[in-house]
Amino acid sequence: MTNAILTGLMLGGMYALIAMGLTLQYGVARIMNLSYGEFLIAAAFASHWLFTGWAISPFVGLALVVPLAFALNFAIYKVLLTPLVRRAPNRDALEVDSILATFGLTFVIQGSMLAMFGGAYYSYSYLAFPVQFVGETVAANRLAALGITIVVGLVLYLALTRTRAGTAIRAVAVDPFAAQLVAINVPQASALTFALGGALVAAAGVLVSTFLTFSASSGVVFTMKALIVVVMGGVGNMLGCLVAGLALGLSEALVASYVDPGLTLAVNFALFLAVLLVKPAGLFGRATR
Amino acid sequence: MSARSAILGALALAALALLTFVPRLGNPYYLALAISLLQYTVLATAWGMFSGPTRYVSLATTAFFGVGAYTVAVLGEVLPWPLVLLIAAALGAILAALVGLSTLRLSGVYFVIFTFGLTELIRQLVVWFEVNKSRVLGRYVFVDITQSDIYWQLLLLTVAVFLLGWLIARSRLGFALRVIGEDETVAKHCGIDTTFAKVALFAISATIMTLVGAIMAPRWTYIEPSIAFNSMISFQVLIMALLGGAHRLWGPVLGAVPLTLLFELLSARFPNTFTIILGCIFLLIVYLLPRGVAGLFEKLPAKLRGENIKRVAA
Repeated sequence: MTNAILTGLMLGGMYALIAMGLTLQYGVARIMNLSYGEFLIAAAFASHWLFTGWAISPFVGLALVVPLAFALNFAIYKVLLTPLVRRAPNRDALEVDSILATFGLTFVIQGSMLAMFGGAYYSYSYLAFPVQFVGETVAANRLAALGITIVVGLVLYLALTRTRAGTAIRAVAVDPFAAQLVAINVPQASALTFALGGALVAAAGVLVSTFLTFSASSGVVFTMKALIVVVMGGVGNMLGCLVAGLALGLSEALVASYVDPGLTLAVNFALFLAVLLVKPAGLFGRATR
Repeated sequence: MSARSAILGALALAALALLTFVPRLGNPYYLALAISLLQYTVLATAWGMFSGPTRYVSLATTAFFGVGAYTVAVLGEVLPWPLVLLIAAALGAILAALVGLSTLRLSGVYFVIFTFGLTELIRQLVVWFEVNKSRVLGRYVFVDITQSDIYWQLLLLTVAVFLLGWLIARSRLGFALRVIGEDETVAKHCGIDTTFAKVALFAISATIMTLVGAIMAPRWTYIEPSIAFNSMISFQVLIMALLGGAHRLWGPVLGAVPLTLLFELLSARFPNTFTIILGCIFLLIVYLLPRGVAGLFEKLPAKLRGENIKRVAA
């Protein structure tokens, strides 16, 4: 039982980390990014390449991959998504357009990765030794990933609530029109937040690659889980993201160890629907829509 | 009936007459190509029937298509063919009603997210069931159905879909959906049961997609979940419907025909980079043709299009 709960918590921490970037991208920049998981897999491949080709540890690799992902996502927002933002008459239209555009982007990225790496599953061994933790044996890389998740989450939370830039980002999330009245450069803030979300998912990808096997076509599953966590937690809400991620991870681990590992996705969906039917705005969301 | 709809009707009849000659050509390649054309025409039109007027983007075409194909794989040898089709259609309708009832009451984004994951969910459930309960993964489809049988069934379904779409557009349901697409709040205030209208049309469109899957299933002799639930179908259908313009009944055909031919060419020439090319084509359509080819026709000067353009529903 302790083992299942511990596994669930670590899995949940990972889901929370994965979803944090999406909740920023969707909550602030209003881009429903369906290619999100592909960026995670791309970062995982980058980390794999750095580790096996250049013997660079994934934690050092973070320092390379994350800024690169930030720059790349900033460029994607500026080049690909800004025309859609300009064209959209209202928020719903932007949502539909961004869903379509990023859905197309999914296939471009996935196709490129398939062409480069093929359909095989990849993994590498890093920090894969067992350690004792609250009386249970867990893999060191999972524990390290959980530690980094907590640090990243805390830093992000503090940055959003305690700094001037973070407050501006939250203002854009609440109302992009009113935010302009208090001299916030909304397009700039949106672009930076989208890029920040991209950097977060790249970090998640590097961490995930240390303990999960991945293939060029497994991005969709990560997109799905991130979407479920974001909606369950309430769009744009960091705390909700954490709670929803943990809930998802716990339920998955419990189902996998007591019912059947093949039914985890079904449980995800059931949980997602249950939350939506009871509280459509998410666990911590305000009922504005 | 205006001159314009008379021309459209004559064009449709001429196309139909032309299509009935295809099996008599005796060339298996043309027959296979015509089957692909009809398959994507029906799928894209069915997609547009729901997503066009309501503007809810459904990414679950594959889920329904796969349910149809898999029903045939399981029941094809046991039951008579019409009964198999009937069961497949019923399964598709029930699945769509369940999905619709739980997500269409909410904002459109939740619907998109749910349909995005639906294919994967159903695929995993089927795999789980096959591995744990029936203990077979992958089934052979041995039914006595030839290529030209498939063709005639698809042709019949195509005609049925267009008739149905035309009837719906003139019914209260079709009018209600157009109001919902323009403004859902207004629709509610007019006394339209928006949830019922959306779920009903989603179920109709999904039933058609399921039927296409069931009809197409005998084409493969071997079916396993990764073949039946191939997410490329959702993607291709979406591209076709958007290129054509989903807000018109005849729009998706304009996308389905050229793109089926193009994909046929591309997948043979560039099998490795096909997905990338597909993604790029899709992005081009989203950016350059947001209202599809049908939207281009609407931009033509009114004189070229005949007088009462605003009245034309189909």
